[in-house]
Amino acid sequence: MAADTELITMTAAQIAAAVASGEVSSVEVTRAHLDRIAQTDVHVRAFLYVAEEAALAAAQAVDDQRTAGQPLGPLAGVPLALKDVFTTTDMPTTCGSRILAGWQPPYDATITARLRQAGVVILGKTNMDEFAMGSSTENSAFGPSHNPWDLSRVPGGSSGGSSAAVAAYQAPLAIGTDTGGSIRQPAAVCGLVGVKPTYGGSSRYGVVAFASSLDTPGPLARTVLDAALLHQAISGHDPRDSTSLDAPVPPVVAAARNPDVAGLRIGVVTELGGEGYASGVLTRFNEAVEVLESLGAKITEVSCPHFSYALPAYYLIAPSECSSNLARFDAMRYGLRVGDDGRASAEEVMSLTRAAGFGAEVKRRIMLGTYALSSGYYDAYYGKAQQVRTLIARDFAAAFEQVDVLISPTTPTTAFSIGERVEDPMAMYLADLATIPGNLAGNAAMSVPCGLAPEDGLPVGLQIMAPVLADDRLYRVGAALEAALDSRRGHPLLAEARGLEGVGGAEQEAGR
Amino acid sequence: MTDSTTTTAGLPVSFDDAVARYEPVIGLETHVELGTASKMFCGCPTVFGAEPNSGVCPVCLGLPGSLPVINRAAIEYAIRIGLALNCSIASWCRFARKNYFYPDMPKNFQISQYDEPLCSDGYLDVEVEGQQVRIGIERVHLEEDTGKSLHIGGTAGRIHGADYSLVDYNRAGIPLVEVVTKPIAGTGALAPAVARAYVTELRDLMRALDVSDVRMEQGSLRCDVNTSIAPAGSDRWGTRTETKNVNSLRSVERAVRSEIERQAAVLDAGGRVIQETRHFHEDTGSTTSGRSKEEAQDYRYFPEPDLVPLAPAPQWVEEIRAGLPELPAARRARLQADWDFTDQDMSALRNAGALDLVEETVAAGASPDQARNWWLTELSRRANESGVELSALPVTPGQVARICALVAAGELNNKLARQVLDGVLAGEGSPDEVVAARGLSVVTDSGVLAAAVDEAIAANPEIADKIRGGKAAAAGALVGAVMKATRGQADAASVRDLILQRLGQA
Repeated sequence: MAADTELITMTAAQIAAAVASGEVSSVEVTRAHLDRIAQTDVHVRAFLYVAEEAALAAAQAVDDQRTAGQPLGPLAGVPLALKDVFTTTDMPTTCGSRILAGWQPPYDATITARLRQAGVVILGKTNMDEFAMGSSTENSAFGPSHNPWDLSRVPGGSSGGSSAAVAAYQAPLAIGTDTGGSIRQPAAVCGLVGVKPTYGGSSRYGVVAFASSLDTPGPLARTVLDAALLHQAISGHDPRDSTSLDAPVPPVVAAARNPDVAGLRIGVVTELGGEGYASGVLTRFNEAVEVLESLGAKITEVSCPHFSYALPAYYLIAPSECSSNLARFDAMRYGLRVGDDGRASAEEVMSLTRAAGFGAEVKRRIMLGTYALSSGYYDAYYGKAQQVRTLIARDFAAAFEQVDVLISPTTPTTAFSIGERVEDPMAMYLADLATIPGNLAGNAAMSVPCGLAPEDGLPVGLQIMAPVLADDRLYRVGAALEAALDSRRGHPLLAEARGLEGVGGAEQEAGR
Repeated sequence: MTDSTTTTAGLPVSFDDAVARYEPVIGLETHVELGTASKMFCGCPTVFGAEPNSGVCPVCLGLPGSLPVINRAAIEYAIRIGLALNCSIASWCRFARKNYFYPDMPKNFQISQYDEPLCSDGYLDVEVEGQQVRIGIERVHLEEDTGKSLHIGGTAGRIHGADYSLVDYNRAGIPLVEVVTKPIAGTGALAPAVARAYVTELRDLMRALDVSDVRMEQGSLRCDVNTSIAPAGSDRWGTRTETKNVNSLRSVERAVRSEIERQAAVLDAGGRVIQETRHFHEDTGSTTSGRSKEEAQDYRYFPEPDLVPLAPAPQWVEEIRAGLPELPAARRARLQADWDFTDQDMSALRNAGALDLVEETVAAGASPDQARNWWLTELSRRANESGVELSALPVTPGQVARICALVAAGELNNKLARQVLDGVLAGEGSPDEVVAARGLSVVTDSGVLAAAVDEAIAANPEIADKIRGGKAAAAGALVGAVMKATRGQADAASVRDLILQRLGQA
């Protein structure tokens, strides 16, 4: 039997193989991760809810299946951390908000159901910025999560609980959602692989909506192959989501197993770099570009002139949709209810509940969006932002005529300190500068680790962007870069994380 | 002049006086619940009257994370309606969110259509007092219905002042089409009747298209009536009011009428009509002020991001067009010609809701005149007495046709036929069973009849003499005596023939 530390540092692919061969049981693996959560989460605060019994029962079911000789899927028995924005029938779904504290959904999200179907063991629900609005988890009503590289730093957001859990070896896999960078940015600042699939490639049914036209569920993992396996497991057409694409899932797993970029045309986006980007970020990014070139890729620089307007357009479109999506939280049917003293009117109770139940950032965006959609302002704000969106999609289309993928740093800086940007929304918004264009155009994008910034020793992410439904290209490039960098370094980047030293002891194991 | 005085009506103005001096312009927005098996955006059933909150799911409850999926049948029904109303069908359109807070709206927005309706620019011809009026149709669009609130305590079932409210979400998400007319001008004193005729025609059209059961009393057809008036001869229209939820044909007519009278009184008093929503009251037949435009909601419409644009294939639209049934106006013209009825006959049948019943009775073998007479007189009277619709009487067109046939064959006279009908309505069985059970057939035994005739002649020598003297009309008195003697079970015509024969006049 493998030692616990070995179990928690295994990749998802390794765990699945070991479970399938009977080398280890899913219950043992799950137990090891639950123990790791128990040891470390007091420091990391990645989870809002840990479903110990349900997880062990799910693991046991996989073990029973194996014993009975039934075939197991490629991720059967592998533990996973689920962002608390997906509905789950056996766990609360809060979206990091007081207004939904304790809400127990009566139905499973499509992705929840697909994970269960695949034999994936859901360990619990992870922390997030309230309703996925934020880049640090500091907007969670339940307090921030901490970056396992440096507990005084943010783990990114909004899927920061998911990134922190994977980086802390609490789970080999996590699911996040990416509306403006909420998977890629936390992956980047935690030294992980994070993927925003093509919009419509992964179902939104049961994902509590922030901005419907942008929200995209996707995987977080420690390796490109693990991300691909999870991407494959959750993807594919869902008739319950009208925006779900009825198209075959791109061959992401095959691409992750074929890390070859020889002859591939890679474009470096002019507008996503330079001023505003930390020097350490640019240093590691530029080195990674050289590595890709050394692997045979053809590197060119490509200009996407309208990307500079992406951030303002996003901060009109996303709040507009959110102002409507979040209207349903009114205390009438579920969730928090404030002020119902038997005399207050329904309208007063709605108002009191929303005042007490939503945090400052959510209120800010509801107000921005309400204003942008108002009669007389619609054309100037929402309408104009949609035009910009079209122009950004055209920039991508033009770029993809010249190159196969585009790359950029994922974030302008490494993980910032907890509390550093909470008073400055604009500074917080800038964390998503490079990731937002991909959301506006709906294409596929990945963040893959490319080293540590010399000035602070924190992870830097490289973003890869591919055309709609060409998600496999992300994996081909990501896997090639990962292999080359790991081989130069002699170990995975995450082995250098020291934030939890002395807490769990996994880091030393991972660095073997 | 201050606002508080501008809305105050002056002296009452009669309708005739109002339309003599002012020209009304009306417009109607009609919501029709579609009779699809499932809701607009989920698979829940659309049954009326089910246990509250039994026909609901995460989607129509608007639970966090749920997403809508368009019901193809609802699109097909809406296109059918659009085609029947001579509209253009959009080759590409979108749904939009209409945002406002109300407890019976699960998401606090309604998925509707805004500037891109599925059907637009059509017309519907209606007939009012012998005149044909073409009503322009602005648009037909699809949306979802809201839940239904029940306010307990307080006054008049309104949310304000209620002790508490209950919400039934069974209705939430039921597909609705909204049919919006263009402004209808130039109808003068006929405006109220035109409004009623339009809604009646629209209702018949929906039934013929088999897209809705259009029961106004159950709220499956609801009307908002816009009314404005301007001084006769003016080239500008007046300010309009919108009277909400006018839910019967009679109320549509009364609402227009009372708004014309009210607005005329306001203008006569030197005031101005305020653009506002008004509520119609069935009991008084008048409207009261609701929300004014100044307080009107900003619905912040924007394209529904959870749905992809709707692009009905032209071929599909053509298939739907080819499958349209005969429309009510064409059907009425055909039946009128077949039956050789007058315009008055036809409107009487329509008003009584007897057109289908007469058609089925004729199809079952009755003559058109017999069928019309039975349904419009005897059966209408009984429906009125029981306070039910004609179609709700427990007698089938086939049974009515059978009674007609028995009369035509001389086996029943009219009096006996009414008794047979009594039996059928009382649930005693088919007409033949009632005839047998009650022993109601006409006396055809010639011996019995001859004896009764002879007896009558003997008892009335003076009358018999008159008949012998050529006054055949006097035979009526003897017929009456024979009928009395046979307790009505004889055929009056045969009795008369027999009397004349006996007295040497035939």
